[in-house]
Amino acid sequence: MNDKLTDITLTLKNVSHRYGEIPVLDNMNLEVKKGEFVVLVGPSGCGKTTLLNVLSGFIKPTSGTVQHHGVIRTVYQQDGLFPWLTVSQNISMGLRLVKNEKQKQDELAEMVDLIHLNGFENHYPHQLSGGMKQRAEIARALAGHSDILLMDEPFSALDYQTRLRMRQELVRLLKERNRTVVFVTHDIEEAAQLADRVLVLSNRPAHISKELILDAPKPRELTGAAVIGAMDKILKELGLNV
Amino acid sequence: MNPRDSKKTRLAVRIILPVAVSLLLVLLWEITSRAGIFPRYMLPGPADVVASFKEEFETGRLVNDVIASMWRITVGFNLSAVLAIPIGLWLGQHLMMRIAFSPMLNFFRFLSPLAWIPFAILWFHIGDKPAIFLIFLATFFPLVISTMSAVANIPVIYFRVAKDYSYKGFELLTKVTLPAVLPQIITALRVSYGIAWVVIVAAEMVGCQDGLGYGIWDARNGLKLDTAVAYMIVIGTLGVLVDRLLAQLTKMPEVRWGYER
Repeated sequence: MNDKLTDITLTLKNVSHRYGEIPVLDNMNLEVKKGEFVVLVGPSGCGKTTLLNVLSGFIKPTSGTVQHHGVIRTVYQQDGLFPWLTVSQNISMGLRLVKNEKQKQDELAEMVDLIHLNGFENHYPHQLSGGMKQRAEIARALAGHSDILLMDEPFSALDYQTRLRMRQELVRLLKERNRTVVFVTHDIEEAAQLADRVLVLSNRPAHISKELILDAPKPRELTGAAVIGAMDKILKELGLNV
Repeated sequence: MNPRDSKKTRLAVRIILPVAVSLLLVLLWEITSRAGIFPRYMLPGPADVVASFKEEFETGRLVNDVIASMWRITVGFNLSAVLAIPIGLWLGQHLMMRIAFSPMLNFFRFLSPLAWIPFAILWFHIGDKPAIFLIFLATFFPLVISTMSAVANIPVIYFRVAKDYSYKGFELLTKVTLPAVLPQIITALRVSYGIAWVVIVAAEMVGCQDGLGYGIWDARNGLKLDTAVAYMIVIGTLGVLVDRLLAQLTKMPEVRWGYER
């Protein structure tokens, strides 16, 4: 188990990207270990989403190399579910490669159970609340054989209390189904509560300006010393703590 | 108020108000025709129209004309939909093709089907064919254009998700692209079906010996405006009824999302 944790699943080497004349990513280097929860925080418009698109392979960086081992799936801020499919059908997308029909049904039922959406299997996304939609989307990403989750501000469209609950849910789900996670957010509290490692990004063009290892066990209490301490460090790095 | 109550009221109101407006219109019509401002042959009254409606119905001409028109519209419209939707899907996915074809499609969209009448006669002579051809032309271009722009405007996030879950090729088309634009395609079908009904009067001027449009032209030539009005009412009513049927498509659960935002 321990030597598995040292496996590198995601690597960025000297990655730079520009949109026309505008440089967005500036010589980024990153190695993500298997099972690690990495959180990228940075000011808005600093290129976080571009970085995720580079990681997922949706865009090719102008220079540098990206390597990954395993299946990558992205969870979006909102509207990532297909609106023409029900909750069950959306989650089943994650099970597309499971050939055995029985296994597929079992797995689907288990996922619905896991995210507590029982009774909503046949609802369409527009009939769900924001929090329910995000849970369904996470379930879809976790279902079947995925290895790496990229999460692009997945909770930032939710109200504060739902956001807090979703963080607890995510920690719980990942305990059940361990995945490598690269999580992008501008919410420092979220980073302090969820991350194994926080990478603070600079203004555009983005580079990693600070790396913080957070080894307090999860779930972490929001008002606990570990979280407060981590927030303090991140805020200082961003120049926001006076 | 209890939501169920309000629903009930709404339903009652939805029937009563439109019926009241229609009755008012008929009343106004009756008063105008009785006032004798216009001679009878210029503005037939409701009673005249009802009489000629009855006459046309009893001779079987009306039913025959309805069937003839329905047939032409069904064939022309279906032909147009079967060709226009796949072409629109294809064009929507290829920027270069869109750039190449858009001006041409718009050009033909703005050409009234009436302009094609000489060609319709020369190419298709008499019978159903020229009318079907005109209905096809009137509906094909708007359908291609709406489908194409619906596809071109699909939020890019759906394609990112599709890539994550390895939808490719034909499956990407049928499981992502098509369902993503289905609500807009249904709306486009309703709009172009409306166009088809509007065009039927002009389309049946050419080479037809029956049909609702022909009926109006025939009545005009015989200066029987009461018959013409009876046919106009039939065309309008049938148009509304068929549109109601097409509107049922919007109730399908997998397209509801497209209308509830």
